[in-house]
Amino acid sequence: MLGYLFSRLVSVIPVALGVSLICFLLVHIAPGDPLVAIMPIDATAEQEAEMRAVYGFDKPLPVQFGIWLSNAVQGDLGRSIATGRPVGPEVTRAVGNTLLLAAAASVIGFPLGIFFGFMAGYLRDTVWDRIITASAIAGVSTPNYWLGMVLVIIFSITWPLLPSMGAGPGGSGAWVWDWQHMRHLVLPAITLAVVPMGIVMRTTRALVSDILDQDFVQALYAKGMTRTGVLRHVARNAAPTALSVIGLQLGYLLGGSILIETVFNWPGSGYLLSVAILQRDLPMLQGTILVLAMFFVTLNLLVDIAQSMIDPRISRA
Amino acid sequence: MTALVEIEDLTVRFSGERTVHAINGVSLSVAKGEVLALLGESGSGKSVTLKSIMQLLPGRRTQIGGRIRFDGRDVLALKGRALADFRGRDVAMIFQDPSLALDPVYSIGTQIAETVIRHEGVSRVAARSRALDMLKRVRIPSAERRLDNYPHEMSGGMRQRAMIALALACGPRLLLADEPTTALDATVQMQVLLLLRELQQEMDMSVIFVTHDIGVAVEIADRVAVMYAGTIVETGTISQIIKDPRHPYTKGLLAANLHGAVKGSRLDAIPGAPPTLEEPPTSCPFAPRCPSALPVCREARPPLVNRGPGRAVACVLEQEPAI
Ligand SMILES: Nc1ncnc2c1ncn2[C@@H]1O[C@H](COP(=O)(O)OP(=O)(O)OP(=O)(O)O)[C@@H](O)[C@H]1O
Ligand code: SF4
Ligand SMILES: [Mg+2]
Repeated sequence: MLGYLFSRLVSVIPVALGVSLICFLLVHIAPGDPLVAIMPIDATAEQEAEMRAVYGFDKPLPVQFGIWLSNAVQGDLGRSIATGRPVGPEVTRAVGNTLLLAAAASVIGFPLGIFFGFMAGYLRDTVWDRIITASAIAGVSTPNYWLGMVLVIIFSITWPLLPSMGAGPGGSGAWVWDWQHMRHLVLPAITLAVVPMGIVMRTTRALVSDILDQDFVQALYAKGMTRTGVLRHVARNAAPTALSVIGLQLGYLLGGSILIETVFNWPGSGYLLSVAILQRDLPMLQGTILVLAMFFVTLNLLVDIAQSMIDPRISRA
Repeated sequence: MTALVEIEDLTVRFSGERTVHAINGVSLSVAKGEVLALLGESGSGKSVTLKSIMQLLPGRRTQIGGRIRFDGRDVLALKGRALADFRGRDVAMIFQDPSLALDPVYSIGTQIAETVIRHEGVSRVAARSRALDMLKRVRIPSAERRLDNYPHEMSGGMRQRAMIALALACGPRLLLADEPTTALDATVQMQVLLLLRELQQEMDMSVIFVTHDIGVAVEIADRVAVMYAGTIVETGTISQIIKDPRHPYTKGLLAANLHGAVKGSRLDAIPGAPPTLEEPPTSCPFAPRCPSALPVCREARPPLVNRGPGRAVACVLEQEPAI
C-alpha cells in the first residue's frame, strides 16, 4: 500500500511538469513577439525590464521554462496586462471563490446523486426508478446557464428571496462565513450542481444495477445477509467507480463554471478566465490555467488513492 | 432414516419476456447425513431446484408451487428475518464459480467472519478465529496469512475451499452444492470432492450435489436423482443407477459415458435437444429423443413409479408390475 502511494505520488511529477510546460508555452504559441504579447500597451521601461526578468526572453527556451517555473513555484506568476497588478494574488482569490462554489455544488449534488442513483438501481424497473432516471436525464440535458437565468427570474426578481449577483453584499470579493454571504452562494451552487448530480445519479444507478446482477449478491443472500448487509456490500463495490466519476465531475465543477460565474457575476476563476480571454491578458490566462490544472492533477491523485484504498484489486494486483 | 428435506410436487414457472416452466412437479427427499446427486443436462432445472430451497429466485418473476419442508418446517413460507436466519445457518450453498460467488472487495476472513457474526452474534475476534479454524479445516495452507487475502489473490481450488469454509462456518445441516467442481481442473476437482465428502461425514451433514458428470456423482453421492426437463425421471442408489439404469434417458447418459473414462465425461452425447419448456410437458418430455418411444408416451406424462425403496422411474416401459 505504501509502495503504491509512493509510486503514485512520483508518477504525478511528470504530469505536473507537462501541464506547466503547456501553460508556459501559451505565451510562445500566441503569434507575435511574446514580450509584446504579455505587456500592457503602455508599459513603462521598468515593467519591460521586470517581464524580461520573469521570463528571461533572451535566454534559450528550456532555461526560460526553468526560470518561469521556479518563479511560479514561489507564487510569482507575473503581472496582469490589463491591470498591471501581480497575477498571483488575483488568481488565488478567484480560484478560492471557484473552489467555494464547487464545494457548495458538491455538497448539494453528490450526496443527492448517489442517494437517488442507489435507490433507482436498487428499485430498478419500478415507477421510482423511472421517475428518478427521467429527472436525471432532464437535469443533464438542461443547459445550466438557462436554468441559472430561470432561477434568477423566479427567486431574485419575481420573489426577491435570494441575491443573484456576486459573492457578497455590495459585490465585495472577500468571502465571509455569514448568512449575508452564504445567501449569494445558494442559486449559483444549485445551478452548478444539477448536471453533475444527474450524471452521478445515472452512473450510480447503472453501477448498482450491474452489481445486483452479479453472482456474489445471490451468494450474500444465501449466507443469510439481510437487505442492509447486502446493500453495504453493493455500496462498497460501487464506490471505486462512483468515486472516479465524482472526481471527473469535480473537475467539471472547477473548469466548467465559466458560464455560471458569468450569469451570476461570481468572482471566480471562470469569470477571471473569460475576462482574461477577452482582454488577451496572457499572464492572467497562464496563471489561472496553471493553478486550475494543478488542482485537477491533485484531485486525480486523491481519487486514485481513495479508490485503491477501497478496492484491493487496484493496488495489489 | 428420517428425511431432513422433503420436496413435494415442486413447480417453478418464470414469467417475463418468455415463460419458462423450469420445474414441473419435482418430489425429492434427502435423509439426514445423506448425499444426493442431482444429475442432468444443462437446463434440466437442477440449479432452480436448489435455489427454490433457499428462495433465491427473483421474487417478482417467479411462481413457485408445491411444498418444501426442512426438518418439518415449511420453507417456502419463510419471510424476512426468519428466512435470513434460515439461510446460511440451517442450509448453506456453494456455487460453480467461487470467483464470482465471493465479494471481490472484502477479504476471505472478513467474509467468513461476517457470516458467523450474522448468525451467532459473536464478537469480531471470536468470528475471526472461527474463520481461521474453518480455513484450517478445509486445509488451506498458511491459513493465518490467507485470512487477509482477497479472492483474486487465490487460485481457483483455493477459492472453492474458502467458499466451502464460508458455507460450513455456521454448521449447516444441509449443504446445497451447485456444480462446485465443474470450474476446477481434474486433480483439484478430485481433492475438493474428497474434502467435501470428508467434511460431510465429520459434520453428519446432508448434501444435495448438482452435477452433470456421472463420474463426480459416483465419487460423492449415496443416491442419485436424474432430472430431465424439470422433472425427476429416475432415482436410486448410485450403484442401482450405474448397474441397472431403467429410464431410457439414464441409459443414454450411461452409454454416452461408457466409451472413454467415466470421470469427467459430460452428458451431452444423446442426440437431440431437451424441450424449451414454454408449456409444461403433457407427454413424456423425453419422447422426441427416446429410442424406445411408443405412441402412448405422447398421450400423457408417465408418473414416477416406485420400484422398491428409494427407487423410482418415470417411464411407460416401467409401469408393468415389477417382475
Ligand atoms: N432467473 C431465471 N429467469 C428465467 N428463467 C430462468 C431463470 N433461472 C433459470 N431459468 C431457466 O430455467 C431452466 C432451468 O435452469 P437451471 O439453471 O435450473 O438449469 P441447470 O439444470 O442448473 O443447468 P446447468 O447445468 O446449465 O446449470 C432453464 O431453461 C433456464 O433458462
Ligand atoms: S415414457 Fe416412452 S418416451 Fe418416455 S422415456 Fe419411457 S419409453 Fe421413452
Ligand atoms: Mg445450474
